[in-house]
Amino acid sequence: MSKVRFGVIVFPGSNCDRDCYYVLKDLLQVKVDYIWHQEEKPKGFDCLILPGGFSYGDYLRCGAIARFSPVMEFVQDFAEQGGLVLGICNGFQILLECGLLPGAMLRNQGLKFVCQFIYVRVDNNQIPFTGAAQPGQVLQLPVKHNEGNYYVEEETLKEMKRRGQIVLRYSTKEGVVTREANPNGALDNIAGICNERKNVFGLMPHPENSSEPILGSQDGLLIFKSMLQYMEDGEFRYGGGEEFRYEEGREDDLDA
Amino acid sequence: MRKAGRMILMPENLPPKIYQDLGLTDYEYERIVSILGRQPNYLELSMFSVRWSEHCSYKSSQKALRDFPTEGKRVIQGPGENAGIFSIGNGLAIAMKIESHNHPSAVEPYQGAATGVGGIIRDIFAMGARPIANLNSLRFGPLDRPKVRYLLEGVVAGIGGYSNCVGIPTIGGEVYFEDCYEANPLVNAMCVGLVKTDTIIKSGARGIGNKLILIGSATGRDGIHGATFASDELDESSEERRPSVQVGDPFTEKLVMEACLELVERGLLVSLQDLGAAGLTSSSSEMAAKGGVGLEIDISRVPLRGEGMQPFEIMISESQERMLAVAEPDKVEEITKVCDRWGIRAAVIGQVTEDGILRVVNESQTLAEIPARALSQEVPLRNLEVRRPAYLDNLHHYPLPSLESEKDLSQHMLELLASPNLCSRQWVYRQYDQLVETNTIGLPGADAGVVRIKGTHKALAFKIDGNGRYCYLDPFAGGQIAVAEAARNLVCRGAQPVAMTDCLNFGNPEKPEIYWQFVECMRGMSQACRVLGIPVVSGNVSFYNENFGEPIYPTPTVGMAGLIEDMRWCTTPEFKDEGDLVVLLGETHQDMGGSEYLKLFHDLIAGQPPALDLDLEKRVHLCCLEAIRAGLLRSAHDCSEGGLAVAVAESCILGGLGATVNIQEEHKQTVALFSESQSRIVVSLKEEDLLHLEEIGRRHKVPVKVIGMVGGDRLTMGKVIHLTVTEMKKVWEDTLESIMRI
Amino acid sequence: MKRVLVYVTPKKGILDPAGQATQRALQSLGYHEVEEVKIGKYIQLTIQDNNFSESSIKEMCSRLLANPVIEDYHYEVSDV
Repeated sequence: MSKVRFGVIVFPGSNCDRDCYYVLKDLLQVKVDYIWHQEEKPKGFDCLILPGGFSYGDYLRCGAIARFSPVMEFVQDFAEQGGLVLGICNGFQILLECGLLPGAMLRNQGLKFVCQFIYVRVDNNQIPFTGAAQPGQVLQLPVKHNEGNYYVEEETLKEMKRRGQIVLRYSTKEGVVTREANPNGALDNIAGICNERKNVFGLMPHPENSSEPILGSQDGLLIFKSMLQYMEDGEFRYGGGEEFRYEEGREDDLDA
Repeated sequence: MRKAGRMILMPENLPPKIYQDLGLTDYEYERIVSILGRQPNYLELSMFSVRWSEHCSYKSSQKALRDFPTEGKRVIQGPGENAGIFSIGNGLAIAMKIESHNHPSAVEPYQGAATGVGGIIRDIFAMGARPIANLNSLRFGPLDRPKVRYLLEGVVAGIGGYSNCVGIPTIGGEVYFEDCYEANPLVNAMCVGLVKTDTIIKSGARGIGNKLILIGSATGRDGIHGATFASDELDESSEERRPSVQVGDPFTEKLVMEACLELVERGLLVSLQDLGAAGLTSSSSEMAAKGGVGLEIDISRVPLRGEGMQPFEIMISESQERMLAVAEPDKVEEITKVCDRWGIRAAVIGQVTEDGILRVVNESQTLAEIPARALSQEVPLRNLEVRRPAYLDNLHHYPLPSLESEKDLSQHMLELLASPNLCSRQWVYRQYDQLVETNTIGLPGADAGVVRIKGTHKALAFKIDGNGRYCYLDPFAGGQIAVAEAARNLVCRGAQPVAMTDCLNFGNPEKPEIYWQFVECMRGMSQACRVLGIPVVSGNVSFYNENFGEPIYPTPTVGMAGLIEDMRWCTTPEFKDEGDLVVLLGETHQDMGGSEYLKLFHDLIAGQPPALDLDLEKRVHLCCLEAIRAGLLRSAHDCSEGGLAVAVAESCILGGLGATVNIQEEHKQTVALFSESQSRIVVSLKEEDLLHLEEIGRRHKVPVKVIGMVGGDRLTMGKVIHLTVTEMKKVWEDTLESIMRI
Repeated sequence: MKRVLVYVTPKKGILDPAGQATQRALQSLGYHEVEEVKIGKYIQLTIQDNNFSESSIKEMCSRLLANPVIEDYHYEVSDV
């Protein structure tokens, strides 16, 4: 059994915490424990996951209240020391709110909650969360959110592109980034981003809900496996392929 | 007993006949006086009025419901608890229940639907079960009316807003549009939960001196007289009574749920009950009556949200997200700790007493004393008149169109696929989280939703189903069909139907014609349940679904569970491979009465609903299940509204594959295509498996007929239908999307 | 007692789909004069006079009540 130990943070209102726990424990058979939002100094964790759900009901703004939980100071320190932090959906929103990742979430363009399987293209496979992917690999994952319409200022976006922080983008099954493939209106079809140091990653799709063939897709497992592989190797191992190169979408589609 | 000097049980100077304003009849008032042996005071009267409302007491329906079969080898808990429970083996059981929230949704669709979902979720975890799936059944008026679109939009958002936040997957549902539901929409919410058989908890209070603990939200003035509101017909004043509608707080529900499940898991509770309609009054009288004990409630200890709340308001408030528990005194500290950790309140508000009295006190002052059993169970049952409605003869003998010279049947097929009643429901279910809990192996959009049970090879299929049109034409046959069709849907998924819950939506039962519809429907449903061997474990009745005196169609909603012993048997409706044979199990007859075809192209709801032979129905189920378990079937799909043609078209659309299908020559083409004959399943299989299937069919005496072959990119049926899968898919998928676009 | 009314609105240039949808709805009802609709939040705080400080109001707004990446805020103070 791997020595790597994952921690799944439980905020009041988290509801994908049990799903993440199940994937790690039962499917990947790695060590995993819940971390209660009030814990200030949890010990012995190698990777942290901020799961999806509706922390504090998302009543004020998604993730706005959770980011002041006692555990979040620990998450900030952990990230600053280079630890791996994965934020899924509401967890991504919390990472945005606390500034570990740049940008913010707006309401879906369609003004409705969207639950459906979509495709994302891996635009950067050279980070610890996507190392097991081929460059440009297309993953089938579900989204389920009301506020997944990613926004960031233009200047910051340029910097992020340059640094390879745009990790996942909504695309067609064939990997073409088009307007139709975008379920929520996110800027540049952005579905997942990382920080400059590449150790904090947030994504709107739910890899934990798509980690078994019987659930319709097991592409989500790739995210968890990448993290595990990175931790076990003690260093980053490339999944292969060329250096990262940001690929523009079909501009006519995206700017319409 | 408290000292008489402190009691203020003598009535205040109540205005004469105030009980009528509270919805009680003269006779009910007399009963109350005789139960108490004195005049009730206002608080007591309020408590009786809400507990004895139709919504809480089932005083009009109880007798008719006695006919339902409620026992079976799997049944652990039949009707009468927060939810019914049946065993699935492995030391596990399923709790299930369905409930209506029709009137609240009519006046405030988002909150009405949301709190409906909240209430049914609490019913499930009140049994100690963790909710694993939600379903819902909805009825609205025609979508060309802006108000109807507003209601649909709000109801769907409300259901999603609540269940998504609590983190329960919504795996199935149904929605139909019909004139009669225009101002009285139906919102029926169903929840199912998984529980270990040894941690099931019930509501009966036990142990003299044990503490009564109110868990969850503070009590405000929400929904005062909500139960009586639900038992009134809607009219122009309904919207003005909006304060009656409660507001849901799914975040708190999630915390209350986690806290209660932890309390049950750790064995800290003696009993548990949810607070729904009629609030503390109903829940405390239930707990006391079921346990054969009394309860004392000190209202000064109830955490309040509203200022200056009167005792009667506290006792009948329908504030959401509250649970009532009984626990031993030495467990209270631990319980408070668990609740604190989840950030919710737990207040000791009283205790279990031995005298069988539900006593409301304010510190040392006694405010009300009512025998709990009488309040809970001694409502005078109503003897209602029945009369067969005159409209039936007209409808049954109405000359149906000859259907001889129907022209472009391809065009008709496209219009059927695009009709709001048959088109894709993706616009609806895309707004629901279908995946949380990582168990959903059968997504919405097929015959039934399916969740697997982790740690076993088993899965469960759930279906919610009803057809008001058939019941309007013949409530007995319609009731049978509702049960048979739900069961058939489960069978198509590879599941053995094992238990049922129901939500019975009808008009005003005081009208003999309506009550006749109700009684006939119950008779039909009961018979179908008996023949198909499906016990009813829980249910709900919603009367007074009328608008300005116009009743809705009698609409029983059936919620059914099916067990898949080996999840590899889970079958889907879409065609899989070129060259597979398309086979019809069962037979097509001339069953055009009440069909979607007649409604759409002849604007006619008339005739007799499809004939149903329950024995054949059962044999079709056995045949299909045996074929699935033998690994023969590549797909299975029920023929229902829109008939064989629409069923085959859906299998094509979902599979992205065409098919060539023959039309039976003994019928007119329109009938062969669009007749809604029951007991039919369209399956596909490899050619080499045909002999085996035919052998199974012979053994079960089920007609097995090869009607075509899967292949190509278009659907051809006889000489009259030629359509590409792409064009069918487009109209089928676009309808709701484009209607609901602003 | 001070009453603080905090208004949180979408920042200029940020897409406001709810506002746009409402504007379309108003237009379909015949109110063509509406040039723009913005939808925001309104938050009411009540604070004891002796605990009231403008700087802490600003801090509350920028730390929690509004997200400066996408939202602006302003507030009004009155005595109650």
